[in-house]
Amino acid sequence: MFLSFLLRPHLRLVPDGTRIQFMRGRFMGLIVSAILSTASIILFIHPGPRLGIDFSGGIVMEVRTPGPADFGKIRAALAAGHVPQQGVQRFGAADEVLIRLGVQPTAQATDAMVEQVRAALDKAVPGNKVLRTAAIGASVSAQLLRNGILALVISLAMILVYIWFRFEWEFAVGAVVTLVLDITKAVGFLVVTRFDFDLVMVAAILTILGYSTNDKVVVYDRVRENLRKYKTMPLRELIDLSINETLSRTLGTSMTLFLAALPLALFGPESISDFAWVMLFGIVVGTSSSIFIAAPILLFLGENRLRRDAVIAAAPKPRATRGKAEDRPAPAVQGPKPPAAKSRAARGAVAQSRPKA
Amino acid sequence: MMYFSRLKTALILGACLLGAFLCIPNLARAPASWLPWRQVHLGLDLQGGSYLLMQVDMGAVTKQRLNGLIGSVRQALVSRTIFYRTIQAEPAQNRVVVQLQDPTRLHDALAALQPLISTEGALGTPDLVLTSTPAGQITLTLSAVALHDRAVAALQQSIEIVRRRVDATGVVDAQVAQEGDSRIVVQLPGIGDPERIKQLLGKTAHMTFQLVDESANAASSAPPPPGVEYLPMQDNPNEKVPVYDRVDVDGGDLTDARAGSDQQTGQWVVNFSFNTVGAQRFADVTRSNVGRRFAIVLDSKVISAPVIREPILGGRGQISGNFTAQSASDLALLLRAGALPAPLTVIEENSIGPELGADSIRAGAIALGVGFLLVVGFMGFFYGLLGWFANICLVVNLVLMLAIMSLLQATLTLPGMAGILLTLGMAVDANILINERVREEQRNGRPPLQALEHGFQRAYRTIFDSNATAFLAHVMLFIFGSGPVRGFAVTITVGIATSLFTAWMLTRLLVSRWYIATRPRLLPV
Repeated sequence: MFLSFLLRPHLRLVPDGTRIQFMRGRFMGLIVSAILSTASIILFIHPGPRLGIDFSGGIVMEVRTPGPADFGKIRAALAAGHVPQQGVQRFGAADEVLIRLGVQPTAQATDAMVEQVRAALDKAVPGNKVLRTAAIGASVSAQLLRNGILALVISLAMILVYIWFRFEWEFAVGAVVTLVLDITKAVGFLVVTRFDFDLVMVAAILTILGYSTNDKVVVYDRVRENLRKYKTMPLRELIDLSINETLSRTLGTSMTLFLAALPLALFGPESISDFAWVMLFGIVVGTSSSIFIAAPILLFLGENRLRRDAVIAAAPKPRATRGKAEDRPAPAVQGPKPPAAKSRAARGAVAQSRPKA
Repeated sequence: MMYFSRLKTALILGACLLGAFLCIPNLARAPASWLPWRQVHLGLDLQGGSYLLMQVDMGAVTKQRLNGLIGSVRQALVSRTIFYRTIQAEPAQNRVVVQLQDPTRLHDALAALQPLISTEGALGTPDLVLTSTPAGQITLTLSAVALHDRAVAALQQSIEIVRRRVDATGVVDAQVAQEGDSRIVVQLPGIGDPERIKQLLGKTAHMTFQLVDESANAASSAPPPPGVEYLPMQDNPNEKVPVYDRVDVDGGDLTDARAGSDQQTGQWVVNFSFNTVGAQRFADVTRSNVGRRFAIVLDSKVISAPVIREPILGGRGQISGNFTAQSASDLALLLRAGALPAPLTVIEENSIGPELGADSIRAGAIALGVGFLLVVGFMGFFYGLLGWFANICLVVNLVLMLAIMSLLQATLTLPGMAGILLTLGMAVDANILINERVREEQRNGRPPLQALEHGFQRAYRTIFDSNATAFLAHVMLFIFGSGPVRGFAVTITVGIATSLFTAWMLTRLLVSRWYIATRPRLLPV
């Protein structure tokens, strides 16, 4: 009994045979996305992300105090010890404090500064424990920042080339433009939440990049397949159809990644939970952009290219074409045999061969 | 597509079994030392410890070489009684410029300097380039190849000495490795506060014995007489000692150094002994300078400047100078390990206490467990039997990931743990794509076997394309990232590779076995 209960699927994310006309909302989607991304870029410039120690250089000390931390007292103690701190904040639990200090000119000065902080803390909060000390010099942090940006840019370029190679250029451009929009939003999210922008966040953004591409490839792959299958269907309808057909996939794959990242955000240690929140945000953005951004861009770019013959065939009688039963994917269609050839011949359309599959 | 030969079945199952075997070293100790016992290491952020990135000052290496060159030039010219007006190093241009007093002797001078050029380098190219002007100016420029060779040698030597010093402190499993062409990474597991080790590593520890010029008065503000330098005392930087530039005996000739206590005063001292060359020179100097002060100089600071009471002939000596037990044994350690060819500075440090590491492991493990259950539950609930096949593959995927990471002896970091969890979320994506496709094919009226055949075949390309891009992105992260983030990139790239195997091979095998066993009329998708 229990076994047979287990072995049957119980829920569907999306009912079968949906016919949602996503492309109707294409302008809406692009406008909302453009506004969000523009806002993100403005936020990125001003006030800008809070750079983590990886990229800004400097010193970070994580301290555990006996009992809940008294931040005022710690700040006062540091000021009394002549420590030019750049931030004292709660880090995770109530008894954990993160202290930031600026870049010191030399390694000796760095050590001296750390000692000063320890001394000041020992006086103000006896029994404290320094859990972590990190110090990064200016030359290293500049290099890390450069490498982080390089990793992002090269990844984007490689994705562009890969999709270009496997699909056609309209797909590649559509995907990369969408990915750039996704990334800008993730960065905007980073600024709004005041999470530290460091190497771990670059990892999060790259993961979003990889994952979001997955999503786009699933939709694009179906578009490519349907382009071969329904030779005369207008591109707009064809894209709508492809999105509907792959909707349960798009949502399902997002769902599993979301479920995997959620406990990291909720239970993960502080440094990883920030990363996981950015991931969760990126998953939602990436999934919606596959539908509302990547597909419309493909429609705009490919309207006259991917579907040249269809446009010619459909132009005289658009209403009638759309109404044709053969052009719709009937649930009982056997195999990928294209019904298009017949209908096209019947209408006496120009028998122009499709440029490329 | 759904047919598996016996051989293929055996290979797939064999790979899974092999994976399970390769994971064993992570759970148990090696039963015999000859067994290849490769395992995943915990990163410093999980077990606590210190990461130090140190920069070798290559400018100092060049400067030293130029100073050495000046000495040789001086000697070569003087031995032929050729006089020069000026001789100076120009470190920015990697060269030494000599101005002769008498330009007519230019030819002789060039002949005298010719033997300084050595072609012993890796490519047999000369390490020095001599140029001259008729006005009697000679320029000796170090070649780029020679500088590079020297930098490589300096880095290798630094690594060796850092390793000796770290080993001497007794840190277990410490790692010292090269990074780039002028940096050294030191990893010290279990050391949450590396203050002492940093101090040990930061010292060049170049010890010399130089005579003190009694006639000069270091307290006066007048510049020191030629060939003499005012060096500060180690304990009291305000007190200066006038020391001759000439190095009489070099610390490089030491064979041993031990901390001990003086029998008469009970103070901490460092006892040292020289090799034959050093012992001979030490004996010569002390014999002809009884009654004068002999300074023991460490990194341009005078440790002490005792008066030579009698010639020291046995090649053994004692340094005393307000030592504590710790500072005496540290100095002995540094002298034993040898001097660094160039100063080292810490440019990045990350020290994590063991407490924080334990917290991270606990939190990471909870997140991993909950995430795993959520994903498994989702697949079972939404996809039924095929979902459970996917879950079996998920477990195998975890095992294979661990196996490959053990083989690579990869480091598991906190971001790496996050990477494992995200890989779980992404690995089932392939199964979702397959299941949805099979379901679609069945809805389109295909009989079960055909639906499976088509489903797997069609989904394959999508799976490959979508994973390839993610794979590329994380390879980039590995190349350009550093520290714990690299651990993340490693787990994800390994995870993508293994998930392709489990989704494409293992799921298909399971489904095909199940189909042959039950021959259902309708697939439960």
